[in-house]
Amino acid sequence: MSGLVPARLGPRDVVRTGLAGLRTRPARAALSALGVAIGIATMVAVIGISSSSKEDLLRRLDRLGTNLLTAKPGSTLFGDQAELPETAPEMVRRIGPVTGVGATGEVDATVRRTDRIPVEVTQGIAVQAASPDLLATLGTGTASGRWLNAATERYPGMVLGSEAARRLGVDAAGGRVFAGGRWFVVLGVLRPAELAPEIDRSALVGWDAAERYLGFDGHPTTIYERSTDASVNDVRDVLARTVSPEHPEEVEVARPSDALRAKAEAAGAFAGLLLGLGAVALLVGGVGVANTMVVSVLERRREIGLRRSLGATRGQVRTQFLAESLLLSASGGAAGAVLGAAVTAGFAAAKGWPPVLPAWAPAGALGATLLIGTVAGLYPAVRAARLSPTVALAAV
Amino acid sequence: MRFGDGAAGDAIVELAAVTKKYGSVAALRGVDLLIGTGEMVAIVGPSGSGKSTLLHMIGTLDRPTAGRVRVAGHDVAGLSDRELSALRARHIGFVFQQFHLAPGVSALDNVADGLLYSGAGLKERRKRAREALERVGLGGRAGHRPHQLSGGEQQRVAVARAVAGGPDLLLADEPTGNLDTAAGSGVLALLDELHRAGTTVAIITHDLDVAARAPRRVRVRDGLVVADERAGAVGR
Ligand SMILES: Nc1ncnc2c1ncn2[C@@H]1O[C@H](COP(=O)(O)OP(=O)(O)OP(=O)(O)O)[C@@H](O)[C@H]1O
Ligand SMILES: [Mg+2]
Repeated sequence: MSGLVPARLGPRDVVRTGLAGLRTRPARAALSALGVAIGIATMVAVIGISSSSKEDLLRRLDRLGTNLLTAKPGSTLFGDQAELPETAPEMVRRIGPVTGVGATGEVDATVRRTDRIPVEVTQGIAVQAASPDLLATLGTGTASGRWLNAATERYPGMVLGSEAARRLGVDAAGGRVFAGGRWFVVLGVLRPAELAPEIDRSALVGWDAAERYLGFDGHPTTIYERSTDASVNDVRDVLARTVSPEHPEEVEVARPSDALRAKAEAAGAFAGLLLGLGAVALLVGGVGVANTMVVSVLERRREIGLRRSLGATRGQVRTQFLAESLLLSASGGAAGAVLGAAVTAGFAAAKGWPPVLPAWAPAGALGATLLIGTVAGLYPAVRAARLSPTVALAAV
Repeated sequence: MRFGDGAAGDAIVELAAVTKKYGSVAALRGVDLLIGTGEMVAIVGPSGSGKSTLLHMIGTLDRPTAGRVRVAGHDVAGLSDRELSALRARHIGFVFQQFHLAPGVSALDNVADGLLYSGAGLKERRKRAREALERVGLGGRAGHRPHQLSGGEQQRVAVARAVAGGPDLLLADEPTGNLDTAAGSGVLALLDELHRAGTTVAIITHDLDVAARAPRRVRVRDGLVVADERAGAVGR
């Protein structure tokens, strides 16, 4: 044995050598770290934003409940529009676990701001008869004015859905609108009904008033029903038969919260594309780091030769450049993760979402940058280590 | 080969029939050379004669194509690259014509970083660096960065870096090549001093005065040692 054993560099000294190159060219280091930072920030922000959006939808779902079912007329065997019996809401109310039933019935009329506007102009607003317990069943309320009560449901008054009110230029209860050849007092304006967006675009009239003033035929076109959470599936099984005992096949039963749930699931899937975009940005950042490292090794051949003359082993030279590459991409990654988190927080705040960033996102970002640093730095580092000391020293 | 200059155990450098070829170019063509511990040797010769190549062989920066190199008692052929690195870290200090100082790094840290591969901790490295800077007369300039130093001062920092680890062998390849006469003689005086303090010094120089002052001159031409003269003796 020669007894010649190279000294080991401690972790601090490895970092010191890795920093040596970055310190002499800070602008270049910052720019190539920026490439990685952009990629990581994109990915973290995409994950954060989609997680926040999903969390928001799930919380809304929690708040709105998943126990609302609707029953609508489908089509008859002959392809005509089916009709629900007038007694349907009453029958549904008799199902044991049902806690609330509301109904609306489409009315063949249009509602307009004044009598000067032609009758064909609907502005996408449906005029509907509404049962008094509709509002409680939907779990929403009025933004202004009052909901229909036993007295007002007989009078020519309307309660406007939030979107309908906006389109009619009505800010609050108290004014009047024109429908079916006469004026209706605006009794109230509703808050958005998240589980029943069709209500937002409706002008609601009392059942009796609709029959009296607007020629409503008394057949409900949507029945809203709530039950206890545990019995939703049981109720669903019997709902069609209860609504229309003679033609259950003509009834379409739906669970509006399913749409929201699907949206929550989709929030994650949609992120896939943007995530791919972030990955491409990250890859480009990695190429930038590799490029910087190749140039760095080329420029610093004399330094490499000097270090070899001072006793650095090939391994120590390799470690130095690998450390430099890792520091470069890790600092970019850290900056990117912070930036991504900040973008998530800002975006969520603007949207009124709860900011959510799953812990695996920054952890994954760190892992990705370490991988990139290694891959980008390996080839230049190996080349640096292979340089013969005399050739390195002679470099210009 | 000359014998009788001292026992082989006394020699820190032994080259026997050393050949170095770069492709078809033979930079060294069978060089025998013994350098005793504590000697000061000037290596002279025309450009392209193989002086730097010879110094690289002595400094174990490269291996000979043929022949034997022993440094500090180790046969280079039997050592791995790691062991050669350790040998350089422990026994050999280099001074180059270009000073090879890290820009933007203080003189103190330039010297201290030279000790990185000796295994000393940062505090110890800085302490020894400070001592080395004082030895070369730059104790007061420790905080200065290379661009704030004159060429002569930069080369003295490089000398401090080479000797901070207390090497047995100091190798200098034209250390004054980039300096004017005054700065050059300052650096040479420094090397002289180190030699007197016990370090073995081999120095490549083009300066005939410098060569004449050295106790021993090895003359190289076309890859061969053509003369080996000692002060007071007449060459062959
Ligand atoms: N890496 C190399 N590849 C090819 N040829 C080389 C290499 N290094 C040196 N040589 C050749 O070997 C010969 C000796 O070179 P060396 O550098 O040892 O000369 P030198 O005496 O130091 O010259 P100078 O005084 O100009 O520095 C030259 O002909 C040179 O071209
Ligand atoms: Mg030379």
